[in-house]
Amino acid sequence: MVSDTPTQDPLLSVRGLGIRYGTKQVLSGVDFEVQRNEIFGVIGPANAGKTSMLRVLNRMDAFNKNMHVDGEVRFRGKDIKSWRNLYALRRRIGVVFPLPVGLPMSIYDNVALSPRLRGIKKKAQLDEIVERCLTRAALWDEVKDRQSQLGSLLSGGQQQRLTIARALSQDPELLLLDEFSIAVDPVTTMKIEDVLRELKSELTIILVTNLVQQARRLADRTAFFLGGTCVEVGVTEDLFTGEVQDQRTRDYVEGRFG
Amino acid sequence: MFEATARDHRNQRVQTSIRLGFLSMTLLLAAPVLIVLGALVYKGMPIISLDFLLGDPTHGMTQGGIFPALVGTVCIVVVALIASVPAGVAAAVYLSEYAPENWLTRAINLGILNLAGVPSIVHALFGVGAFVLFFGFGTSILAASLTLAVMTLPVVIVATKESLQAVPMAFREACWNMGATRWQTIRTVVLPNAVSGILTGVILEVSRTAGETAPIMFTGAAFFLPFLPQSVYDQTMAMSLHLFVISTQVPDVPEALPYGVALVLIGIVLVMNSISIAFRIWLRNRKKW
Repeated sequence: MVSDTPTQDPLLSVRGLGIRYGTKQVLSGVDFEVQRNEIFGVIGPANAGKTSMLRVLNRMDAFNKNMHVDGEVRFRGKDIKSWRNLYALRRRIGVVFPLPVGLPMSIYDNVALSPRLRGIKKKAQLDEIVERCLTRAALWDEVKDRQSQLGSLLSGGQQQRLTIARALSQDPELLLLDEFSIAVDPVTTMKIEDVLRELKSELTIILVTNLVQQARRLADRTAFFLGGTCVEVGVTEDLFTGEVQDQRTRDYVEGRFG
Repeated sequence: MFEATARDHRNQRVQTSIRLGFLSMTLLLAAPVLIVLGALVYKGMPIISLDFLLGDPTHGMTQGGIFPALVGTVCIVVVALIASVPAGVAAAVYLSEYAPENWLTRAINLGILNLAGVPSIVHALFGVGAFVLFFGFGTSILAASLTLAVMTLPVVIVATKESLQAVPMAFREACWNMGATRWQTIRTVVLPNAVSGILTGVILEVSRTAGETAPIMFTGAAFFLPFLPQSVYDQTMAMSLHLFVISTQVPDVPEALPYGVALVLIGIVLVMNSISIAFRIWLRNRKKW
């Protein structure tokens, strides 16, 4: 079990996180911290508990009675279990799923939904938010002339960027990306990766990915999950070329198993 | 060269005969509908005129029109819809979106299914006891409509619940992840996508409400009352009871009259259903789908 050195004022700190569904333990003893304005990569084979962890970070576990969470997660220094208003917490944390979910409403409404739900009604203000978020998600040029079209009719790659635009419309401080490129072609993936590099100046990103090279391209630091534990956390490049504390990490990133 | 095997030929023969079998079942079921409609149009059409639709029954209901019954049926159906659709949709939303999965929820679901199986005459007696006597509405449109509303609640609840559950879970999760509350999710994503299913339930309910006789016989429908109702506390004639009366209780009724009444009754149902279908199309266009 490895933990990186604690620093002052991390955006997110996870201590001794354990998750079980009923009696089945899927994650245990996870410690790491995520600094503001970094991209934090999470790599590891299937069933390592990566997605379950993301669900805990924005308290989606509250919807699943079967899901039990131990340990402590602090977001902006405050234990997420003590947030009274879960909706306010979730609004600060944007999520993008592996498969794009274009809500069955127009492209415009997809992006304007979250601002509307928090009470923004002025058309000019909504227009501005929609344009800004679609631009930042590298989708604006493709859809600016057909914003009233149904969002779920876009191609897979476009829907994924629409999902990212929608997450950005929440004005989040933390963006969770769960294998966002699984249903996206390589060219679009590169476009989105460029977007993420730019977004880093404004927000913090946790990038769960199956693609080791994607983590290497994007993440400042990376955690390696295996079989329900966090094996290693460190500066990304160190996992590939530097000292690793656990040989399994090097084996995984070099493709010897996984 | 590719050759189809004997097995391939057999598979194709089986496919063809199964398809024919299903088609013949469909036609067999469609036949009664067509025969009934055909007979009604053939025998009832000659009597239908503007005077028939807009006149009062005369000569001991053997002549004249059906206007009071027509108005009465429309009133009963509309009041029943106002009473049951909001309540039924709200109950379905609760059961599908909020209710925890426990024995109480299961018991309520089972109760609703059983309510659908209660004979309509039992609903009639319940209506007399509850609405006519206990609440003191008397025999009135209100009592009759509430009785029918209770009877048709399961239709609305089941149709609504099924269409809510057909909305993919991913849509809800996407909304929740955005920080939307359950109600915001229901209002913006779940209900708009379930509207057509809900309206299908309403269509079924209209048909049932307009056609039922037993539940309104003791609660609000009159044998013969050639006046239009002035309020929901008045009794009224109704098409279904009128049809029953002139078919079985009144001597010397010309043969075409019951057919004409039945044809108009079906016409009312069709018109009301067209309204809800039009509403559904309007909703869809408004959303620019």
